[in-house]
Amino acid sequence: MSEPALRIEGLVKEYRPGVRVLDGITLDIAPRGVTAIIGASGSGKSTLIRCINRLVEPTAGAIWFDGQDVTQMRRGALRATRRRIGMVFQEYNLVERLTVMENLLSGRLGYVSAPKAWLRRFPRADIDRAFALLDEVGLADLAHQRADALSGGQRQRVGIARALMQQPRLLLADEPTSSLDPKTAVEIMDLLHQAAGHHHIPVLVNMHDVELARRFADRIIGLAGGQIMFDDPPAGLADVELKRIYGGESWLH
Amino acid sequence: MLLAAYVVYAASTLGFSWSRMAEGMGHGQAFIGRMFPPSYENSEAILRGLKESLEIAVLASFAGILIALPLGLLAARNLMPAAVSWTARAVIALARAFHPVILAIVFVKAIGFGAVAGVMALVVASIGFIGKLFAEAIEEISMKQVEAVRATGASFMNVIAFAVLPQVLPRFIGFATYQFDSNVRNSTMVGIMGAGGIGAPLFVAFQRFEYDAVCAIVLVIIGVVFACELVAGRVKKVFGA
Repeated sequence: MSEPALRIEGLVKEYRPGVRVLDGITLDIAPRGVTAIIGASGSGKSTLIRCINRLVEPTAGAIWFDGQDVTQMRRGALRATRRRIGMVFQEYNLVERLTVMENLLSGRLGYVSAPKAWLRRFPRADIDRAFALLDEVGLADLAHQRADALSGGQRQRVGIARALMQQPRLLLADEPTSSLDPKTAVEIMDLLHQAAGHHHIPVLVNMHDVELARRFADRIIGLAGGQIMFDDPPAGLADVELKRIYGGESWLH
Repeated sequence: MLLAAYVVYAASTLGFSWSRMAEGMGHGQAFIGRMFPPSYENSEAILRGLKESLEIAVLASFAGILIALPLGLLAARNLMPAAVSWTARAVIALARAFHPVILAIVFVKAIGFGAVAGVMALVVASIGFIGKLFAEAIEEISMKQVEAVRATGASFMNVIAFAVLPQVLPRFIGFATYQFDSNVRNSTMVGIMGAGGIGAPLFVAFQRFEYDAVCAIVLVIIGVVFACELVAGRVKKVFGA
């Protein structure tokens, strides 16, 4: 197997001392494909994703990305690493009062100096890339709409395009479909899946929906109580495993 | 009930009575009678004062807002470490502690009569007002948008430019135009304390019992304040505040 894109070793997170939300997670993410993390609410899957780019500070453990331990980085190095990790959010987290184009260009903010960012002077290549990505996510004619004028599905497409603007080497998605209707959720997962293939980026995605995970993921990780309960391709995910991940069984029938 | 009783008590200790009211009305009538027709005899002094007042207002608003912006940002508890925001909040609280009249008196004593004292007084007042409101506006923004821009690896200044400013800009324009408005009104007042502007001829006219000149100045002030309000309203509309 080739060198993993991401290696997590013994990751622990305690929001309150002694209460482990993540209890020693060890995990390798291959440089290709979609990995879905499933688990009940409070199982730690959102915390796990957010520890990777340190939107949440890990308590202990190591996260290896591009040969460096993210958990040991100071601010400058962390910023440089964040530039290479794209992130998609449950509630899209677009800057509402900016246009779609400005939201996309914000994906390049790690590379643009402050004076140029304040004056909106982005390199030509960034603007061309933004238009190409808008085309790819099917929003070519909405470039100059304000983000708060878009529907949920459109916003998430902008969110994905913003993450891809970073030319990331890893894409994190924190429940990207949980605020969407079932049809749009499928479309967004399809888009993520295609983007992963087209741009050769490994995608790590949190989700509630087991069926959606089965359909789009190459690998499923089941989390319960801050520990990995299941880690296999979707074919191996049967009722027995789902019971262990979510607890109980009455909901299965 | 208790409040009503207190109102009656306070009125009686302050000498409110029907006879006093009637007497006052008589005085008022005579006063207003002497105000008309307004006299623009000393229009040169009025114009000079007016020009100075507007200069005080514009300078004070510009400098005050310029200083209040970074200060307000430093005071925002959601973006700054506690030590920084605590210090900035203390500076703002100090600037807010005194009414512009008192600030004008202090600056006249400290640096002498004239418009410079007036500008300084209103700069401090503007810093206090804008700084506080701006900090509060920043504290109310959606941190989700900030988090998303941070996650792209953006530097602090770039996060401000793309995730913070767009969220607070309309409100900020509102504060700034309001403060300009109130600086125009205050700039007519600081002259009474000797800090320059149209307040000086107004005060002189009062002391000389030249009520027709007082009337002329008051009408000019009303006109200017009204005109500034129109301008401020237009500015707000342009920026969608």
